[in-house]
Amino acid sequence: MKKRAEWSKELKRSWQLLLLMLPALVYVLIFEYGPMYGLQIAFKNYRPSLGIWGSEWVGLKHFIRFVKNPNFLKMLRNTLSITVYSLATFPIPILFALMLNEIYNQKFKKVAQMVSYMPHFLSDVVVCSLVLLFLSRSNGVINNVIEALGGTRQAFINIPEYFSTIYVWSGLWQGIGWSSILYLSALSGVSAELCESARIDGANRLQIIRYVNLPTIMPTIVITFIMKIGKLLSLGHSKIFLLQTDLNLPRSSVISTYVYNVGIIDGQSSYASAIGLFNNIINILILIAANRIVKKITDTSLF
Amino acid sequence: MKTMSKNRTIQLNSNTVFGFINTLIMTVLLFLFAYPLYYTVIASFSDAEAVITGKVGLLPVGFSLEAYKAVLANKQVWLGYRNTIFYTFFGTLFNLFLTIPLGYALSKKYLFCRKAFTWFFMITMYFGGGMIPTYLLYKNMGLINNPLIMIISGGLSVYNTIVTRTYFQNSVPESLFEAARIDGCSEIKAFIQIALPLAKPIIAVMVLYYAVGHWNSYFNAMMYLPNTDYQPLGLVLRRILILNQSAFENALSEGVVSAEMLKNAIAREYLAEVMKYALVFIASAPMLIIYPFVQKYFVKGVMIGAIKE
Repeated sequence: MKKRAEWSKELKRSWQLLLLMLPALVYVLIFEYGPMYGLQIAFKNYRPSLGIWGSEWVGLKHFIRFVKNPNFLKMLRNTLSITVYSLATFPIPILFALMLNEIYNQKFKKVAQMVSYMPHFLSDVVVCSLVLLFLSRSNGVINNVIEALGGTRQAFINIPEYFSTIYVWSGLWQGIGWSSILYLSALSGVSAELCESARIDGANRLQIIRYVNLPTIMPTIVITFIMKIGKLLSLGHSKIFLLQTDLNLPRSSVISTYVYNVGIIDGQSSYASAIGLFNNIINILILIAANRIVKKITDTSLF
Repeated sequence: MKTMSKNRTIQLNSNTVFGFINTLIMTVLLFLFAYPLYYTVIASFSDAEAVITGKVGLLPVGFSLEAYKAVLANKQVWLGYRNTIFYTFFGTLFNLFLTIPLGYALSKKYLFCRKAFTWFFMITMYFGGGMIPTYLLYKNMGLINNPLIMIISGGLSVYNTIVTRTYFQNSVPESLFEAARIDGCSEIKAFIQIALPLAKPIIAVMVLYYAVGHWNSYFNAMMYLPNTDYQPLGLVLRRILILNQSAFENALSEGVVSAEMLKNAIAREYLAEVMKYALVFIASAPMLIIYPFVQKYFVKGVMIGAIKE
């Protein structure tokens, strides 16, 4: 416990700093903590006329309704099938960074970095438009190539089974280069002496990657992996909405789009809030669990 | 002696082969990264019929500006562009106003209750009210269908704040401030006169991060701005490119596209498809033009963000 005098001394010293952070403090209080206060409607029957505080408490009714919803398992499966798929592609940017690191021609390396980071700066709307244009059955490039090779044209976007593949790989196109920056910067920390002595001991380039480069960037890999696992159930809705068609709904209706449809379109605020909260809590639990497990195995952790 | 030299050649060879294969794979990957954008550009300038019938592959076929003429005749596109520029400019300004001072204050070890304040912000990275309570809050504040929402919502990214804090902690020497303090300089004065001039690189990074976010967003507008007049470019694009609503009536009524071109419905449909490529290019052009010049700032941001305290 600090003494009272010390506290007041600290406060006196930093009141101007507090003034500097006041706008952000007020902003977060209103626009981040405000909705958390509003989250109580997940346990109530929210009616606009009664307000958030005045609406009647109903306990876990909305949560039970969601879990008992016949589509609950389907939405959970669709969400997980996309996020687990994208988790499985987690090593690809690492591989890309390792390969980029092996390019000795600096000019080529620069061009490679510039080109591969570029898709990251396109908006979701543009990326999804490109996906739809390229996959278009009547005149898309991909179908043109398939036909030229003797295959038949298909409307890939309308085939439910392909949805997660389209979603994940278009995301990879957008993100491989950008995610590799982190690993590339970690790779610049590889000790040149260690590489040199490995080379003298007769290690070839693949072996140096395996036994020198990879262990060096392991902590970075572990941290990004935990972060990714923590997002297992938090699938963003923006790209899903853009790629959703009536025909691929069996695989593209996920929890977050359901929240939007139920809450914003149908106006069932309490029910939709309960689903959002349910999702958020599971995410946090997964994140904590992943952090624990990884900490035990590798000694690196997020918190 | 002989075996050793033989070993050496074999090893050299295996490394050279590795380098060759690596470069080869990398070249193929770069082609895959670049091709969609490249194709968008050449398709948008090509003859519409050639694009639709699949004759455009690696090189443009014919040359036509019809698609661009038609896109630029669309009033929605212009309106969206104007709105997006407006939201991006003022939104980013608001972001900086919140983020930079906060990052600076949190970087000071002697800040009153520093840990508690840091957690106050960090918690919002993992837990929040979610979509619906946020929507209700905005609704109660009268921000639905109010263009202000595009500037206010997402005002502070905690991740960006941490990047800023890390920058102040590691790149601006504390001794500078100590010297100023001895001279009787107040904290606010120190922030404005010492910290801000030294913070140009991190301000550049923040401007870029936030501006790209504003430029590319569409979902907030879809939820909070049902009114068309306020809609950003992203929503206009979505209507034309994703929902396939024809962007064309406008161009037709304005008489910009030549009449012969539109005589038959097929040609019209072709042009509507190629217009999509032109639109994608027009919407992404500002980012793609600026990007090569500012790439190093983006990369710098990622690097600073990677440093753990």
